[in-house]
Parts: sequence; structure tokens; C-alpha cells
Amino acid sequence: MSDVQIMTGNTAAAWGARLSQVQVVSAYPITPSTSVTETIANWVERGELKAEYVRVESEHSVMTVCVAASTVGARVFTSTSSHGLLYMHEQLHWAAGSRLPIVMCCINRSVGAPWSIFNDQQDSIAQRDTGWIQIYCRDNQEIVDTVIQAYRIAETVYCPVMVCYDGFVLSHTLMPVALPDAEAVARFQPPYKPHTLLCTEAPRNINPVIFPWQRRDAEGVLRDGYMEMRFKLQHALEGARDVIVDTGKAFAAAFGRDHGGMLWGYRTEDAEVLLAGMGSIATEATMAADLLREQGIRAGVVGVRVYRPFPREEVRNAFRTAPAITVFEKNISYGYEGALAADIKAALYGTGIAPPIHNFIAGLGGRDVKARELAEAAREALAAMAAGIRERQSWLNCVTG
Amino acid sequence: MDEPKDENISAMSKPAIGEAGRTGDWRDATPVIDAAKCIPAVKNRAACHLCWLYCPEGIVAPGCPPTIDLNYCKGCGICAEECPAKAITMVPNEEKTT
Repeated sequence: MSDVQIMTGNTAAAWGARLSQVQVVSAYPITPSTSVTETIANWVERGELKAEYVRVESEHSVMTVCVAASTVGARVFTSTSSHGLLYMHEQLHWAAGSRLPIVMCCINRSVGAPWSIFNDQQDSIAQRDTGWIQIYCRDNQEIVDTVIQAYRIAETVYCPVMVCYDGFVLSHTLMPVALPDAEAVARFQPPYKPHTLLCTEAPRNINPVIFPWQRRDAEGVLRDGYMEMRFKLQHALEGARDVIVDTGKAFAAAFGRDHGGMLWGYRTEDAEVLLAGMGSIATEATMAADLLREQGIRAGVVGVRVYRPFPREEVRNAFRTAPAITVFEKNISYGYEGALAADIKAALYGTGIAPPIHNFIAGLGGRDVKARELAEAAREALAAMAAGIRERQSWLNCVTG
Repeated sequence: MDEPKDENISAMSKPAIGEAGRTGDWRDATPVIDAAKCIPAVKNRAACHLCWLYCPEGIVAPGCPPTIDLNYCKGCGICAEECPAKAITMVPNEEKTT
């Protein structure tokens, strides 16, 4: 039986970790992620969660603790935001390169300078190429469910998973959340079996210097070089697509909630314009689509749930018949365009699917984005597309002149 | 016959002699012990053995005189530097006739 409670996104994330029976948690406080691990620290203190809570002096050390604990077979959890995530950057590569199934929540926040504590997705997008799976959540229910799914995905493909959700918009907003039954979660998640257990009985050098070429070890086995190891990581990320989809289906069968696999659609069937986005801005876009339909424009939404591995095939299927695409995103790859728009265009290259695509940079540093503003932007884009403008970048609600 | 593949998904190795290859290849000067000066050799008992103690590669066997495993000696010269009897000479490789 589900237990519905009113809770913030951060409390939902903490419950995801608790229901996953994490054994080691390490964290350093940073707004807006702090209350995730604060909640967990309270549970550990009261003995409600049997986990080791490791206090450290920085996010860099947080991830080293996670790497070490995961290497010796513990299920680990942490959460962070913005500068904390950036400070972890080096260890994010280390976690993925070591193929450790660490699960971390990234509570999306803008990045300084100048200082801002408010929401956008620049922090996690900046960590795109570290070898982590990235999943973006729409609401608080999806947060707890995705953390639970993340352990099953991570421990199957041996890659770390970053569960991303928008700071304040979700992290500090109360919503009804159905908490899955603890025993059902335990059945859903097989125990974590490390790919290599570091122990005193079988000593190993973990991550020694690897040379450009393969190398024969003392036992005569030809060991992979650096590039073979990188290929294995890329292959695992590509293969994670099927595992993510299967995990979503299995979760829906066990708990009755389907958040989509790689991406999700809303009123897409007959759409003349599709609004695309990740996280809460995509939820907002569903309201914009409803508004547009009231105004006689057949609009739909494609929400990208998993950003890495990128849903190449799913994007092609979702946009195959779309006459027009607008991409709304809370990040900017400086000097080019929004990361999602660039990746969507790349996925469509050479397929013959060539609708006009307009890219909207929106909501940076917590700038408000309302559904009616998304609807208005989509309408203006349609008009511009009708006038022959196939590609355009606009900064929504921003003085640019 | 196909080579067995490396089944590891992250880089690792077991601690073993020669795991990093024949690192003696790196050497451009070779330590040569003069038994007439070497203290353990002269006294014919375990004395001094600072070469064994200081060798960062652990490839000096503390005999009388000590012996050096040249398969793994990188030629750093620490043994020659530390030898109180100046019994070890680093001979540049190009001057060797082998």
C-alpha cells in the first residue's frame, strides 16, 4: 500500500535514498540541496536509517568518500547543487571511470559569477561529459521514484547516476507524494554486487597508471589500455538506454507509476508544434500546450527525461512528423546554443527529419517562466517559421536589445 | 587461438613482480658492486645493507655481497649514493660492452 504524504522535492529525494537502504551517505551543505542530506542526517542520528553518515570539509571529499565506499561494496548516496557539483567535477570522472554505481541528486541551481542561489540547469549540464547517466525529474513523485530506479539502473550497468531536479521549483515546493512500500522497493532492487570487491584477501591496485596501448600483466593476460577502458564506459552508457527503459516498465508494473523511459510526450499525436524541454520547464510547457490548443494551435510537449545517454532514437521518433519544434532550456553552451537544442539537431541529422527548430534560453538564475509566456513564445516562433526563419535563438523574458 | 580478453570494466592489477613490465628497460646507468669494498662482503655477515634498505624498487637482495635484480632496476643510483663504503658505481649503459 502506498503512503501519500505532502512533502518537498528534497524530502522526496531523501525518502528515495532511505527506501533504497543506502549504507553510506556523505554530503556537504549547499543551497538548495541542503535539506536532502539534513533529513537523512536526522534519520541516521535517530537510528531510523542504518547508514554511515560521513561529514567532510568539501564536495570534492564527498565524492571521494562515495567512490571509496562504493568500491568496497556499499550502496552510497549524496546530493549537491551548483558550485558544490562543480567542485566535485574531477571526482565525477573518477566515479564513472571506476564504474561505480553511485547515485547522487543534483538539485539544479545556477552557477556564479555573479552569485545566485536560484534555479537553472547550468550546473548539471556542465557535467554532461563526465560519464554519468543524467535523469531530469518533473515533479516530487518522480524524484522519489527515480532515485529508487537509479540504484537498479546504476547497479546493472555499473555507471553512476545523477538524478537532477530544479532547485526551489521542486526542491522546496510541497506536493503530495506516494511513498512506495519499503519491502516492495527491496524486491525491486536486487542487492548491490560490486564488479570488483576490494578486500584484503584479494589485494589489487585500483586505477593504476594505464598506458596508451594494451599491456601484458604479470600473469600474461593482455590488459586494456586507456582507450579500451574509455570505450567500455561509452558502450555501457549506450547500453544503459535499454536498462533505463526496462527499469521504468518494471517500476510501473510494481508500483503503478510510469514516468516514461528516455522521454515522454504530452498531446503529441496531431501536434503542429512541439515544445521540448527538461525538468520542470517541460511540465510548465504542458500547461502552455493546453493554452495554445484553447487558442486553436495544436501544440504538444516532448520532455527529455534522460539527457545522458542521449535518447537519439526516441528523439527521432518523437519529432518524425513534427512540422515545428521549439526547445526551451535553462542552460546555455556559451558561444553556441542551448545544449538540448544542439543535441536534438544532431540526433536528427541525416534522417530526413528536418523541421525548423527555434531555441529559447529561459529561466536562467531563477528568472520566472510562466506557461502563458511559453505559449506566446511558441506562437511567435510559428509565425517566424512561416516567414521562413528555420533556426533562431531567443532569450525569453530577457532584455537583449 | 584468440587472446583472452580483459574482463575488467575498470583498470586494475594484482600486486605481482613484473606487473608494470620489465622496468629495467628504463635504466641508463647500471649499479656495479665492488665486493672488495662492500662491507657485508668483506665481513661476510649481515652488516650495513643500506643499499637494500634504501632501494625504492625493493630489488636488492641483502646477501654477502648483495645482489641487484637488473630486470627491474631503473638505475636511480640511490644505492650508490647511500653506500658508506662507496662500493657501488653507476656505470653509464653506453660504456658497457654487453
